[in-house]
Amino acid sequence: MPLAAALGGGALLVALAVLTSLLVGVQRLDPGVVLAVVTGGPADPGAAAVVAARVDRTLIGLAVGGAVALSGAVLQGLTRNPIAEPGILGLNSGAALAVVLGIRFLGLTSVTGYVVAALVGTVVVALLVQSLTLMAPRSEAPVSMALAGAAVMALAQSLIGGVLVTDRGSFDSFRFWQVGSVAGRDAGQVLDVAPFLVLGAVLALTAGPTLNAVALGDDLARGLGQRVVLHRGLAAGGAVLLAATATALAGPIAFVGLVVPHLVRALLGVDHRRVLVVSAVVGPAFVVFADIVGRVVAPPSEVQAGIVCAVLGAPVLVLVVRRVKGM
Amino acid sequence: MSLATAGATAAGTDVHPAQEALSRARRGPRRRRALVVGVLVLLLVGLVLVRALLGDYRISFPDAVRILGGTDIPGASFVLMESTLPRAVMAVLAGAAFGAAGGAFQVMLRNPLASPDILGVTVGASAAAVAALVLGGLRGTPVTLAALAGAVAVAALLLGQAGGHGAATGRMVLVGVALAAGLLAVIQWLLVRASIYQAQDALVWLSGSLNSVTWAEILRMLVVDAVLLPVLLVLSGRLPVLGLGDDLAAALGVHVLRLRVGVTVTVVGLVAAATAVVGPVAFVGFLSGPIARRLVPGRPAVGVAALVGAVVVVAADYAAATAVPGTALPVGVVTGALGAPVILWMLRSRSSTQESR
Repeated sequence: MPLAAALGGGALLVALAVLTSLLVGVQRLDPGVVLAVVTGGPADPGAAAVVAARVDRTLIGLAVGGAVALSGAVLQGLTRNPIAEPGILGLNSGAALAVVLGIRFLGLTSVTGYVVAALVGTVVVALLVQSLTLMAPRSEAPVSMALAGAAVMALAQSLIGGVLVTDRGSFDSFRFWQVGSVAGRDAGQVLDVAPFLVLGAVLALTAGPTLNAVALGDDLARGLGQRVVLHRGLAAGGAVLLAATATALAGPIAFVGLVVPHLVRALLGVDHRRVLVVSAVVGPAFVVFADIVGRVVAPPSEVQAGIVCAVLGAPVLVLVVRRVKGM
Repeated sequence: MSLATAGATAAGTDVHPAQEALSRARRGPRRRRALVVGVLVLLLVGLVLVRALLGDYRISFPDAVRILGGTDIPGASFVLMESTLPRAVMAVLAGAAFGAAGGAFQVMLRNPLASPDILGVTVGASAAAVAALVLGGLRGTPVTLAALAGAVAVAALLLGQAGGHGAATGRMVLVGVALAAGLLAVIQWLLVRASIYQAQDALVWLSGSLNSVTWAEILRMLVVDAVLLPVLLVLSGRLPVLGLGDDLAAALGVHVLRLRVGVTVTVVGLVAAATAVVGPVAFVGFLSGPIARRLVPGRPAVGVAALVGAVVVVAADYAAATAVPGTALPVGVVTGALGAPVILWMLRSRSSTQESR
């Protein structure tokens, strides 16, 4: 599939997702009313509030989806590991643990504070998982990486459990954050964290040539004139920044970073430059659609986007794993 | 290992008839096994006494004997009979179940990573049990049955993946991790749906907790252990034959499929029963097998793994209860914090000889 067609299709998907997200929900609204509110026309205050909430969650979903999908695409390329993904590698759990510790002991309340805490947690976990994977034999890298991630996740969950069991107040706010939800967040938070998102996205989107060279092996990459360590570091920095920011915004949303790049690769082939760009477009659509599914699947309550993504994503992981050779 | 090698060298150089040399070579490991079991049992009894008597409220040993004999000592009787003793007993029963189940799975699937908690069987049991708790408002035996159903479903899915050759491949471990992640999301959704009080109960239970064990639950767990542990011990004695490959094992007179299904059913039953009462105490099944194998190398040490599991849970529960004064942390927080570094260390030391195909 040519790149232009893929991008066009992706953009169409995003537009469709945004439109559906504004129109569909637990509260039924007439499309005319929604249009009136969005264009600033006169409307009933109740309807206006509902539409404003939908606009907020759509914006958050777009930002988070793009960030997580890009992060996953970069991680898969960098580690040459098809199951690398912020959720499976435990990056999200590390970020969550750091945020919980921040809320409980440092009294963090702003989303910028969350981002900083999440960033610290993500970087620590990323270094830990990567160094552990390097110690295991190369042929077992996917298993080692997944298990290192699972171990970090379990450790983080235990510690989070330890903090929360002793503090009902933190638990009540955290249990809604930790499922990964785009609802009930203020879209202004996207603006607060925009610098992190933009920096991460630039680093990730420009990593295409590096990742293509990495795919050939480090020696060949060096032979092709790549400054391997520097460029890898920059790409990894972008991936970590994106994962941490997305987690701070919406809580840990797993599997998007796995599903979207694999989908894109199945359509477009393995050139990372294309995979990155198209993932950044398809990811937002995926998360917004997951959020919509969560809204309609169990009325009158909602299923959080993170849960929908995990339930959709787990079978995809199984499929990917079945296709990995040499295990 | 050193004893076995010493015995083997003796067998090579000794002038005695081969028969006697062989029996002497076998005596070393057997003696070692007896020693290990003896030490573990003593350790376990000691830990149970410490856990039961030296809590926040200290009870002297003579008092404890008198209470068990039927004398009522105000205060001490209540603490011992309603709080510390049930916890200690339940920790032993559940720990033994988790440990034996983990050890047996690791031997059967010939992979030290293939314990029920890593493969997602425990998470399957938890997800079904939380659903029963939160959606159905059930308590007691129905929760156990729900946990059993969840564990059976996950185990069936996974072993379906294993296909013909029976060893847990890296692929199977990854599928288990994927299933566990998906089921975890379901659990979290159930937690969000529940009221804050229900959710907090469920969270404590999910972390693995002995805080509110009743004697009725202990009786149920005791029955499960008493029936399934001996079965598992007998079955696991035949597991090493599977290591020769299914065809050779069948030629040696082992019903391969029947053995595998038997072990799986027993393991799933133990895990589900223990999980339904104390929650998924993290990593006990995963940790016990390797520790047991290191203590008694060379043979499937499911019995030793059960003892190790019991020791780990009792010790972790004591640590959890006393680590932070004034709060009773769930035991799973301690075993989780212990287990994660061990996984990481095992990953490091996993040699290329491990099954990974």
